[in-house]
Amino acid sequence: MDTLQTLIIGFLSVVIVNNLVFTKFLGICPYLGVSGRIDMAFGMGCAVTFVVTLAGTLTWLIDHLILQKVGLEVLMYVCFILVIAGAVQLVEMYVKKFFPPLYESFGIFLPLITTNCAILGLCLFLNLWEIDSFIEAVVLSFGAGIGFTMAICIMAGIRENLRLADVPDALQGAPITLITAGILSMAFMGFAGMIG
Amino acid sequence: MADDNKIKPASVFMAGIWKENPVLILLLGMCPTLAVTAAVKPALTMGISATFVLLCSNIVVSLLRDLLKPHVRILMFTLTIATFVTIADLFLKAFMPDMSDELGPYIPLIIVNCIIICRAEACASKNGLKISIVDALGMGIGFTLTLCFLAAIREVLSTGNLFGKAVMPESFVPWAAMGMPVGAFVTLGLMLAGVTIILKKKS
Repeated sequence: MDTLQTLIIGFLSVVIVNNLVFTKFLGICPYLGVSGRIDMAFGMGCAVTFVVTLAGTLTWLIDHLILQKVGLEVLMYVCFILVIAGAVQLVEMYVKKFFPPLYESFGIFLPLITTNCAILGLCLFLNLWEIDSFIEAVVLSFGAGIGFTMAICIMAGIRENLRLADVPDALQGAPITLITAGILSMAFMGFAGMIG
Repeated sequence: MADDNKIKPASVFMAGIWKENPVLILLLGMCPTLAVTAAVKPALTMGISATFVLLCSNIVVSLLRDLLKPHVRILMFTLTIATFVTIADLFLKAFMPDMSDELGPYIPLIIVNCIIICRAEACASKNGLKISIVDALGMGIGFTLTLCFLAAIREVLSTGNLFGKAVMPESFVPWAAMGMPVGAFVTLGLMLAGVTIILKKKS
């Protein structure tokens, strides 16, 4: 049961306490760009979740089975970015073949997942936190994706309401989005003591 | 290099610092902007590292621009950038180990910093060497200045110090929240609002 408990706690901590968007500032660009409409935000979140799970798992395997065995950690960044670019290409081809309408609606944002800092960031954090078990790496990657989806959906919901609010001229657009994100991150700070 | 004659290097340089400032106007490279600006020193290190990577990648991309095939160019940009980021990372680890620990994964995250890919795509792959170098310097310095400005506000308000030296009177109560994520988001939001007001007044 110990392992299951570790996994659940790890999952919750990466979704809520160490949420990539609110505490690590990763994936802010799509967060500001796509969070205008809630359905788009959810679709984006799902795509990112899939890519981050795949990329996190693959980079963990490459890091532990190849790079650390032969002492080529120097090549880590180059390998990671190649894996991520490959994974995104795979998702793009899959979505284009099986869900053409979804592919159309994503447009440029799908290939841009490659440069989403949340994905490379998570791969680097897995390395930094020294995650040793394969299952834990998979669960944490998946949790990071869920955390991102949650953050971007909450934001999209707030922004849909924000359109009806009376925002001062100077704060229109990006400034008010950032300030909202700040208040949200303060709310998420409340979870900080929950998991030690 | 016929195209070098049309565009004035000085105006390209100034555009990076104010008119097309990567953070304040183009809203690029938000992650490092928010993450490393709790104090001035890491912000300055980050700015210089990013400028170095930007300069090197712009030079390489500009030299290779006639050889690049359209469908693999983004991949080539990313690989070029990843190589130079590895160099910067190893340099920091060797000569400034404390700073390297503090910045942690944010140095390798320069790879996916949108500013660098954006400049490679928008400037270096279309222009000659001279313009590319000037553009990289302008953008890099603009980025560094913005980072330092934001970091200075946050460091003074959250600890009362600047570069680790006390600047506020002793009766000053530090605002702990400014050192946390919420401080970064709100300060940057207010800075962007300030820029909007200045631009409106000018026009």
